[in-house]
Amino acid sequence: MKTFNYHSAKDVKEASKLASSNSAFLAGGMTTIPSMKLGLASYKDIIDIKRIKKLSGIKISGKTVTIGATTKHSEVASSKDVKKAIPSLAALAEGIGDPQVRNRGTIGGSIANNDPAADYPSACIALNATIHTNNRSIDAEKFFRGMFETCLKSTEVIEAIEFSIPQKSSYQKLPNPASRYAIIGVYVAKHKTGINVGITGAKSCVYNDKDLAGALTKNFSSSAIDSVKISSSGMNSDIHASSDYRANMVKAFAKKAVDAC
Amino acid sequence: MASLVGSRVERKEDKRFLTGKGRYTSDINIANQTYAIFIRSPHARAKIKKIDTSKALKSSGVVDILTGEHIAQDKIGGLIAGWAIRSEDGSEMKCPANPPLAKDSVNFVGDPVAVVFAETLDEAKAAADLVKVDYKVLKAVSNLGEAMNSEAIHDGIDKNLCYDWLLGDRQKVKEAFEKADKIIKLDINNNRLIPNAMEPRACVIDYNTASEEITCYTTSQNPHLSRLIMSAFGGVAPENKLRVVAPDVGGGFGSKINLYNEEIVCSWASKKIERPIKWVAERTESFLTDTHGRDHITHAELAVTNDGKFLGFKNETIANLGAYARVFGTVTPTYLFGPCATGVYIMPAAYSNVKAVYTNTAPVDAYRGAGRPEATYTIERIVDKAAMELGMDPIEIRMKNFPTEFPFKQTLVHQIDSGDYVAGLNKAKEMADYDGFAARKKESESKGKLRGIGVTSYFEACGIAPSPVVMMLGCGVGLWESAEVRFNPTGQVTVYTGSHSHGQSHQTTFAQIAADELGVPIENIDVVHGDTDKGTFGMGTYGSRSLTVGGIAIVNACKKIVNKGKRIAAKMLEASPDEVDFKNGEFVVAKSNKKKTIGEVAFASYLPGVRDEVKSPLPEGDEPGLIESSFFDPANFSFPAGSHICEVEIDPETGHVKLDKYTAVDDFGTIVNPLIVEGQVHGGLAQGIGQALYENAQYDDSGQLITASYMDYTMPRADDLPDFNLGFTCTKATTNPLGVKGCGEAGTIAATPTVMNAVINALGGKEISLPATAEKVWKACKEMKKSNAKAA
Ligand SMILES: Cc1cc2nc3c(=O)[nH]c(=O)nc-3n(C[C@H](O)[C@H](O)[C@H](O)COP(=O)(O)OP(=O)(O)OC[C@H]3O[C@@H](n4cnc5c(N)ncnc54)[C@H](O)[C@@H]3O)c2cc1C
Repeated sequence: MKTFNYHSAKDVKEASKLASSNSAFLAGGMTTIPSMKLGLASYKDIIDIKRIKKLSGIKISGKTVTIGATTKHSEVASSKDVKKAIPSLAALAEGIGDPQVRNRGTIGGSIANNDPAADYPSACIALNATIHTNNRSIDAEKFFRGMFETCLKSTEVIEAIEFSIPQKSSYQKLPNPASRYAIIGVYVAKHKTGINVGITGAKSCVYNDKDLAGALTKNFSSSAIDSVKISSSGMNSDIHASSDYRANMVKAFAKKAVDAC
Repeated sequence: MASLVGSRVERKEDKRFLTGKGRYTSDINIANQTYAIFIRSPHARAKIKKIDTSKALKSSGVVDILTGEHIAQDKIGGLIAGWAIRSEDGSEMKCPANPPLAKDSVNFVGDPVAVVFAETLDEAKAAADLVKVDYKVLKAVSNLGEAMNSEAIHDGIDKNLCYDWLLGDRQKVKEAFEKADKIIKLDINNNRLIPNAMEPRACVIDYNTASEEITCYTTSQNPHLSRLIMSAFGGVAPENKLRVVAPDVGGGFGSKINLYNEEIVCSWASKKIERPIKWVAERTESFLTDTHGRDHITHAELAVTNDGKFLGFKNETIANLGAYARVFGTVTPTYLFGPCATGVYIMPAAYSNVKAVYTNTAPVDAYRGAGRPEATYTIERIVDKAAMELGMDPIEIRMKNFPTEFPFKQTLVHQIDSGDYVAGLNKAKEMADYDGFAARKKESESKGKLRGIGVTSYFEACGIAPSPVVMMLGCGVGLWESAEVRFNPTGQVTVYTGSHSHGQSHQTTFAQIAADELGVPIENIDVVHGDTDKGTFGMGTYGSRSLTVGGIAIVNACKKIVNKGKRIAAKMLEASPDEVDFKNGEFVVAKSNKKKTIGEVAFASYLPGVRDEVKSPLPEGDEPGLIESSFFDPANFSFPAGSHICEVEIDPETGHVKLDKYTAVDDFGTIVNPLIVEGQVHGGLAQGIGQALYENAQYDDSGQLITASYMDYTMPRADDLPDFNLGFTCTKATTNPLGVKGCGEAGTIAATPTVMNAVINALGGKEISLPATAEKVWKACKEMKKSNAKAA
């Protein structure tokens, strides 16, 4: 690991001020630290945001669940409020990585990183999330730009993620057997305003599958999915899953998700 | 005193290991130590044109940088193959030189070319980035199936072939096949595995400039052997100036048998730079450079009669050695594999033909089971296929071909002293509720799932030792084991063993057997191992040999202690030695009912003097003290056996295989500590299941290891595994006084074919290669559906 300056920010303002194009925020460190150790990333400044109290915690209103950026996966997984309001979201958190990762990794870090195989981005898409930063509020559909790419500026700090509480929802994931990231993950959510199918793992970036959502809007049942054609073009292919398998699994897991709703 | 052999004594090691108090190599720090970073080839095959260290040498904190040139100048020897195997045509095997630092060419990604020593680890890493190695990259040979048709990697090794070995009689097999009703054919792979010991390899070297002694703390399964090789072949220092210590070692599974480049280089360099050196592998280095396991391609044929009798067996295998032949690299796919390939069956004629080839991949060597998992996989898969093709029940076909009389002369090499395969399979069948399978299958089908059942019966040859045999087969040394048992004057006992514990719990098991032999409470017995300065020379731990060979040396040394104790007690009790009985720690003279405890006798043995009324307790001709040693060389291997049955449930929509039930019935002869043995079986099963469903080391065409981290290399996890249902049968080994057989590898040997037989059973007999990953299984399910639709 190359040497770097370590800062512990006392508030969001300071964190943002310290940040530059050559810095990273340290939340759970579950992505940043391994990448630095492996020599895949190096930074001049590491800005620890874990001590900023206001960034952590879970708030429920009538219509939304708002989760502070540095809230850990294990906290979301075990939150009685989340389990009651959006059980599928707590279940998603419970299925991330392993206990060590869940005890450190944070929701803000996960979506800022936008790993194509991460779980939370699909929840943001399916649950019409709004990402609140220190200077704006961004719709999830606009937030995720591409592989490991978001619309965040380097000095921008995610403060909280606000999810709409759906009528019904389920997240079903085919985990990579080695890392337990998603080979594919399908998040189906039925809102009063419409249906979203957030899909992660399949392509270079999370997306809302409009074909699946359309079919489910007409008929919310797993049999409605049978007739939807899922093309493998543009899908990821690696030693764990070919693009053809991924395409088929999107369908299989979408059906599972609908059945579980 | 109740016998401790057979009881579930809790592990003496637990306190240390479960509270984080173990002392591993990387816990050791020597004042003034430097840190080593190895510079490794990023290419699978290349010529080294030039190494420029000038910039790196000026980097902050650098103490020295050494390369293959320096190794060559100092005439430091390379790594060796421990077994000489001959080809069918009588020619000797071909092994390339394997210098500790490559000088002219590199042959796998990770092959070390230079080493940096610096004051801190960060400085060593920074300097390593500045070392410039100029390579001429050559086309890599990374595909096992194509290796023999590819360009030769090593000069003078035609077709990349180390040997083309035959065991058995081709003519007899031909005749047997001519008589067959049916010939079953099978083409299989045995996937390459990375051992992944929890503790990465490491070494800490301390050179004493005054005594000129090198102390090498290292992660080894056999420190004495490492010292021998480092001294005799490496020429690093004479044995008496070299101390090798393997303290707590966090798992080996075969990957820590070998003496590696890093230990030789750092030991040699410590003397050169006159500074202590510390090197600890990073996980990526472990993936790249620990010896890997398995990696075979096999074509097998089984000749059968219509009623399921076996007549003959052919085994044609290509085995991957990786870039170089290492200590057990050449014997693993031959004598540890070939003989066991006929399995637990009466097989009138058989041969195993193995072509071992070099590729530009990490060296392949012994990995838990070493050869026997590959053999068992081959025979047990083809036996299942035979049952299917003949329309027989897999248990019935096995029963039909079991030997029922022991000793049983197995077709290719082994004379199996004892066993009862019928009893084992019957017990497994009952414990697994084999007869209830049909109902469970129906139930799975009602949920849209497929269910399969798999059976394996295995035997294995372990307790690797008998020196006359192993040396005849090509081993460079005899594989006896040593022990020394010392009484302190105040009555505690220290047992020194030449074997090594890196997860096997010798501290407990060996103390149990010594406690029984000597009648001393187990708390008063310490077991010492892993230090060439403590105890006699030993051969180490691998091949499930520690108890069956090393444990027996302890028993024999204890018996010598008792014999000497009898002579002393006789003198103390004014009787003749043959009037003295030893029982429960007491020497008793029956006629006078006088007795002395073994503690009193030990104390007396150290007080030979005569003073006032006290007479010396030492009989004439006996020396003071109560210390005895023994070397045990058994008459034969030990032959554990058993039958395993498992059930899987497959989701045809996703290809996910759920391992639902697993029953293992093993015969390990006498069991010293059931708790420890069950732990060994559990761990072994997890590894065997890992091979069947998850683990797979993969190189791409350019020879890059694409599964070089846990993000891509799948280890089995606790939540992948069911509760194991274990049972035991017991036929005692006749070749050692305890009647024990090895248990460390059995689980790994049996589990892979058991799981694959179940998966293939669920798939209606459709073959798939190892490991049965979800995508492969899903594809097979799809094809099955198609062919079922066609049939209907
Ligand atoms: C073994 C392993 C398994 C894993 N498995 C899974 C899995 O199954 N599913 C899954 O989804 N993830 C998985 N992860 C990733 C895990 O969820 C991490 O939590 C996540 O990638 C990053 O979160 P973090 O809090 O650790 O972020 P850090 O590593 O601390 O930061 C990551 C990036 O996010 C930025 N960042 C962090 N917080 C903020 C903020 N508030 N505002 C702006 N930018 C910010 C940082 O600048 C940095 O660039 C796994 C990780 C590991 C190591």
